[in-house]
Amino acid sequence: MEGDCHVLIDFRVDRPIFLQLAEAIEDDVLDGRYAEDGQIVSTTDLAVTLRINPATANKAISCLVDEGVIYKRRGVGMFMAQGARDRILKKRRERFRKDFVDPMLHEAAKLGIAEEDVIAMIKERGRVT
Amino acid sequence: MTTIAVKNLSKRFGAIRAVDDVSLTLEPGKIYGLLGRNGAGKTTLLNLMTKKLFPDCGEVTVDGRNIALHDAVLSQVYHMTDKNYFPSGLQVRTLFRWCPTFYPQFDLTYAESLAAKFALAQHSIPKQLSTGYSTILRAIMALASNAPVVLFDEPVLGLDAVHRDLLYRELIANYSQKPKTIVISTHLIDEVAEVLEDVIVLREGRIALQQPVEDLLEGVYAVAGATDKVNAFIAERTDIGSETLGGTTSAMVMSRLTSADRQAGEQLNLEFSRVTLQRVFIALTNQQGVLP
Repeated sequence: MEGDCHVLIDFRVDRPIFLQLAEAIEDDVLDGRYAEDGQIVSTTDLAVTLRINPATANKAISCLVDEGVIYKRRGVGMFMAQGARDRILKKRRERFRKDFVDPMLHEAAKLGIAEEDVIAMIKERGRVT
Repeated sequence: MTTIAVKNLSKRFGAIRAVDDVSLTLEPGKIYGLLGRNGAGKTTLLNLMTKKLFPDCGEVTVDGRNIALHDAVLSQVYHMTDKNYFPSGLQVRTLFRWCPTFYPQFDLTYAESLAAKFALAQHSIPKQLSTGYSTILRAIMALASNAPVVLFDEPVLGLDAVHRDLLYRELIANYSQKPKTIVISTHLIDEVAEVLEDVIVLREGRIALQQPVEDLLEGVYAVAGATDKVNAFIAERTDIGSETLGGTTSAMVMSRLTSADRQAGEQLNLEFSRVTLQRVFIALTNQQGVLP
């Protein structure tokens, strides 16, 4: 599996491409597609496969390097850092309310769905695994 | 790495100012999009940059050397023209073999492998090719030229979706392996937007805008909601194009979306979104468009 390109994204207009790419790679890490110290696809492969400017792919990678998710080894490639998954989980959990709960409540308010009905729906749906 | 610069370049055809006092510098190692409506001057500019036309005034330099005085520097700049100007009667394979004479870094093996990928028969005669294959031939020669500056005029004209996809990928792979300056002049903005680093917009022979794509898109936003509320919101902002449908209006504002903007908008029940490069282009270049 190492070095395979899992990241196939349909880019949306709502956010910069480099952020969407960085998140897609993070998603792959969360899904357990990369082992710690496992090799990540090269920026060239990312750029060619996703048909994006290599500078954009580099920008996404730089973000992930800054966040300690991946590290580079000169002339060898890029690898998943130790503890990367935990760092991503922490960051995503902090953003969960803003990214998911707030928009849901906003939509519920627009549709006139009461707070307790939203809670009931969540309970009824149960946990998605 | 090679820098190509254009200084105060102008070219008139009769009463029409096809290129009107254009100055720009193409930094090495970037992919530029050259965008403009039909007749905006894109092809004329590219022809002037490669001495296929002579300017009325102004100059073009390659690494500081004026192309009008130094023919040799033209081998550093490959121009994929919008038409076939190849000698008639030559087969594709013969044409490929002539290329190194003019572009010493031309990679024949690569050209042949690209021809195979696009299923371009090397025994075919360029003049007899379909529109799509004529474009493919010219694009292959541009990619294989290995010139430090490659100018593509309509590189996907007449290509089907599969070939367009293949061409963009080959272009990115080529650029990744051998970084160079690339200019892509095209009307298919949405599909090339993510390939571009910088964008140059021409309007009536002049540069309307030159910016990194990401900065441009960060500096524009759409705002939608009830027409009177949107009108109130854009009254003190730079609206570059709005559309109304029923009681709803969507406007495009040419500035960075601040948290103050967002708050003001939310009080009016407005929704914000980013816009595509193509939408910004349409807003900036249609007749009613207001230039920032």
